Amino acid sequence: MKLESKIPAGPLADKWNNHKAKLRLVSPANRRKYHVIVVGSGLAGSAAAASFAEMGYEVSCFCYQDSPRRAHSIAAQGGINAAKNYQNDGDSVRRLFQDTIKGGDYRAREANVYRLAQVSTNIIDQCVAQGVPFAREYGGLLANRSFGGAQVSRTFYARGQTGQQLLLGAYSALSRQIGLGAVKMYTRHEMLDLVLIDGKAKGIVTRDLVTGAVESWASDVVVVCTGGYGNVFYLSTNAQGCNVTATFRAHRRGAGFANPCYTQIHPTCIPVHGEDQSKLTLMSESLRNDGRVWVPKNKADTAKPAAEIPEEARDYFLERKYPSYGNLAPRDIASRAAKEVCDEGRGVGQVIDGQRLGVYLDFSAAIKRLGESEVRARYGNLFDMYENITGENAYKQPMRIFPAVHYTMGGLWVDYNLQSNIPGLFVGGEANFSDHGANRLGASALMQGLADGYFVLPYTVTDYLAGVGLSDRPTTEAPEFQAAVKEVNERVAKLLAVNGTKSPRYYHKALGKITWEKCGMARDKAGLEGAIRDLQALRKDFWENVKVVGTGDQLAPELERAGRVADFLDFGIMMCLDALTREESCGGHFRTEFQDAGEAKRDDAQYAHAAVWEWQGEGQLPARHVEPLVYEETQLSTRSYK
Amino acid sequence: MVHGKPAHTGETTLALKLRVWRQSRGVPGHFEEHALAAVPTSASFLEMMDMLNEQLIRAGKDTFAFDHDCREGICGMCSMTINGMPHGPLPGVTTCQLHMRNFRDGETITVEPWRARAFPVIKDLAVNRSAFDKVIQAGGFITARVGSAPEANNTLIGKVVADEAMDAAECIGCGACVASCKNGSAMLFVGAKINHLNILPQGQPERERRTLAMVKTMDEAGFGNCTNYGECQAHCPKSITLDVIAKLNRDYLRARVKEFFSSTGKPSKGGD
Repeated sequence: MKLESKIPAGPLADKWNNHKAKLRLVSPANRRKYHVIVVGSGLAGSAAAASFAEMGYEVSCFCYQDSPRRAHSIAAQGGINAAKNYQNDGDSVRRLFQDTIKGGDYRAREANVYRLAQVSTNIIDQCVAQGVPFAREYGGLLANRSFGGAQVSRTFYARGQTGQQLLLGAYSALSRQIGLGAVKMYTRHEMLDLVLIDGKAKGIVTRDLVTGAVESWASDVVVVCTGGYGNVFYLSTNAQGCNVTATFRAHRRGAGFANPCYTQIHPTCIPVHGEDQSKLTLMSESLRNDGRVWVPKNKADTAKPAAEIPEEARDYFLERKYPSYGNLAPRDIASRAAKEVCDEGRGVGQVIDGQRLGVYLDFSAAIKRLGESEVRARYGNLFDMYENITGENAYKQPMRIFPAVHYTMGGLWVDYNLQSNIPGLFVGGEANFSDHGANRLGASALMQGLADGYFVLPYTVTDYLAGVGLSDRPTTEAPEFQAAVKEVNERVAKLLAVNGTKSPRYYHKALGKITWEKCGMARDKAGLEGAIRDLQALRKDFWENVKVVGTGDQLAPELERAGRVADFLDFGIMMCLDALTREESCGGHFRTEFQDAGEAKRDDAQYAHAAVWEWQGEGQLPARHVEPLVYEETQLSTRSYK
Repeated sequence: MVHGKPAHTGETTLALKLRVWRQSRGVPGHFEEHALAAVPTSASFLEMMDMLNEQLIRAGKDTFAFDHDCREGICGMCSMTINGMPHGPLPGVTTCQLHMRNFRDGETITVEPWRARAFPVIKDLAVNRSAFDKVIQAGGFITARVGSAPEANNTLIGKVVADEAMDAAECIGCGACVASCKNGSAMLFVGAKINHLNILPQGQPERERRTLAMVKTMDEAGFGNCTNYGECQAHCPKSITLDVIAKLNRDYLRARVKEFFSSTGKPSKGGD
């Protein structure tokens, strides 16, 4: 597997501009002759599809939801970072870059992260022009808030619905192009294969979820922006439909999958309440601006109502352990600290499996300081959501929170141009691996999705297309397309034919139990080896005993889930293998064997690289390759938020 | 707006009778009755539906198809009419945020899809809402090509205006307004988008054109007119209020008048 990062030469600050100046162009008259396929309609996908259409390319965009507006970017709450320095608190592109690369525990590609910080300012301009109603000061200027892992206020927000407003902005740009006929939009379509001709990505195979029709589509380039794989844990803050299938199918066709073990566990989610729970709900990290995290000092107090525990008997453990960042410590660190106090038996809330898994997030000090109405103005919708789910009023008693899977930093390997190792396959947003290293800072996912979609892919894909001949596009009559369609049809038929006894959800839950326990917040060698064996056995059981009801020719949610779970089973094995072979702790990857009194202990000499996995065939373990991470201007140091 | 009852400390469960709409493509639909036991009160309505579907799979029967995705009240995908009310009895929430503690043990619950001419049933409880996308495609945007945006703080927008735009922009496009309206009107949805964009300074250049185009497409898609029943406001999970419809009417009138007086005799490209 050839892994050329293609990082441009020159000083970090000049790389992107120098590179852009050298990228090839396609003349406006020729652009309409190229067909670009975009899979996924979240921030990265919508933004990319709209941008390509504005430039004049013929674009087809696919999503599994009933409308592109529903992609899960919509659920992001807190905000989007940008190095505008509107608050005059010393922010700059370099500082945003430094915070992001440090936040990622020095496991991201330096040049990509710098570019991300550079284009962050353009994103805000673009979104305001589209009419995104960001929060404002009374004077009419844009407002900012602070967010985890940073000591400046650089986060732009729209109440607690920033993701929604940014996605609706991108959706409106995309809709305009659909209305103009420049983008053909295919909703309720799921990508089930990537088609390669002579080693180059030339199209995809989809299944129409309403009619069951399996179809193929030829193009000059394929851009995959299908999000992350958090649902491999079954319970996560992801939407129910989020899946790894598109990226994993591309992986099976030869695309390298990088760092699958880098998963983010978000500290502020509503704790698990029972067996039939289908998802976990995130409470925005912005709550940590004004909420204080604590547990009782004494185990004996954990069953008492919070109000009966006096101030001196409370342990504000984040403020105690990380005085300079306090409650705004980065996500991986805050999550692990919460797990630690719960493992000590000091967790709060109901007992599940013999343990109380929750910590308090307390707003009483903020309500005293700011008044309830101000707290309501800042976080009202989050407090309402909390009450809907738990039946508890967080103005009167502290919220209970616990970490939950939220985001996945790993993804398809891409070079500096966001092109995978398969020529013609580009990957944007959460689906790629490049910008967040081993841990993502808050308010960076929205930034990355839009950066890729609006400001990176339009340039780099154009450069690729400039090298593609105008008559190079195959038709779907080509044998490669026919073969791929046949394979997909056979797989669908196989899933329907097993006719066993257990539902796809049963397997999804069983998968999630293994991955969360053995490859969640803390991992170790024996556990991971056991997890791989257990997952292999579960995969075998799945293909022998799954029961998929419904027919293949109309809406069949169980068939959709079964196909996704089948890919998650293969993927889960690769994730555990990646965690097993990375013998260090970094960011969200915490191997209990490698720590300094609870803090992640990196091994830069051996593991300052991205691990990239290559598919080796059905039932085989994938092969590990590495891309060394070269730091030209960054001094690797031990991450400290103390 | 939350009207949740106090939390149950111990886990209580409900036994329910469910009447659920079953419909396949090209065939008239009907209700199916099912009993479901041991539903935890902490479960969401969709988790209860998951339990029903798992029970059906164990019996070797087809599950009920329903739309859902984020399950945190923001994607707008879930769409069920519960006991005659879109998104169920709790004001200000989507179906996915409705929890079983709001129901009684032994209760019969009727579950139907959105009922509206513009939203045909796909299967069981899932409907086709692409008419909403068409309305947005006609004009629910501000034309702002990537690369051409001015510096963000060059456009001053007072907090009051920004907040008003945000109130309208919170619409999740679920379609409960249409499903709750006797006329199947989409005026609340269209009004929300018009209000979001038409009050912002960036939205001014296309204000009339946008309004005319969106209303025209809305009419063509088979949505009815507004006759002030107010059901849409009562069932909107984001508590969008009727004044967006009043403002839509005002902007539509304004656009028509302007169009009339600026008419050059050539057909307008913006509206009808």
